[in-house]
Amino acid sequence: MAITADHIRDKLTKELAAVHVDVEDTSPNRCAASYKVLVVSSQFEGKPLLQRHRLVNTCLAEELKEIHAFEQKTLTPEQWEKQKAQ
Amino acid sequence: MNSLIRNTARCLRSGAAVYMPRQADGRVWTSSARFLCAAADVQKALGDIVQKDKVVVFMKGTPAQPMCGFSNAVVQILRMHGVDDYASYNVLEDSELREGVKAFSNWPTIPQVYFSGEFVGGCDILLQMHQNGDLVEELKKCGISSSLLEAEKESK
Repeated sequence: MAITADHIRDKLTKELAAVHVDVEDTSPNRCAASYKVLVVSSQFEGKPLLQRHRLVNTCLAEELKEIHAFEQKTLTPEQWEKQKAQ
Repeated sequence: MNSLIRNTARCLRSGAAVYMPRQADGRVWTSSARFLCAAADVQKALGDIVQKDKVVVFMKGTPAQPMCGFSNAVVQILRMHGVDDYASYNVLEDSELREGVKAFSNWPTIPQVYFSGEFVGGCDILLQMHQNGDLVEELKKCGISSSLLEAEKESK
């Protein structure tokens, strides 16, 4: 089963109550082997980076078995607004 | 029951082999000899490995020759802070280590960085800690003064 960007987006949106998710297929030939994601969720509030990344890793545990490389950025809605304003 | 048989078989196959992951710089980890019978021993060995050095990196390739962009990024970030003396383990040389460290850290990807026995994170986390200044603080906690801090002092 190939893991699509849409599948990743849907799952993160649903399970982490993400208000914004960007998913980019970073494999050279778009073969769904590596992804870069940006997740914005209020569930990250008050949590250190490591814990935020663990939430994402747990949510995508099954998918990560198939994905070769995975980059992530985790922001709270507040941080996301700040970043957009920059 | 099946798994018991498998483990026993594995034990016999590996015979007297000692689980001893090689450090990338050629130094060999030689703690008390352990006989590898199950993944549990790898986990125990990893517990010792991460405690043994202040900074430990599990990566693809070696600091001199990283075999993956993310591992290379970790090496470059540490270099920027003047951290050259750390223990690195090449997971490409040891599939048992490669899978074992993922379970040990409960972290699905390589590279993985440890400071003073504590799991710090992978490439993304180290990069963000570098960018927001946390890395200097975390290094300080394990008694390492970042060379970026020294450079900052001099320029003042």
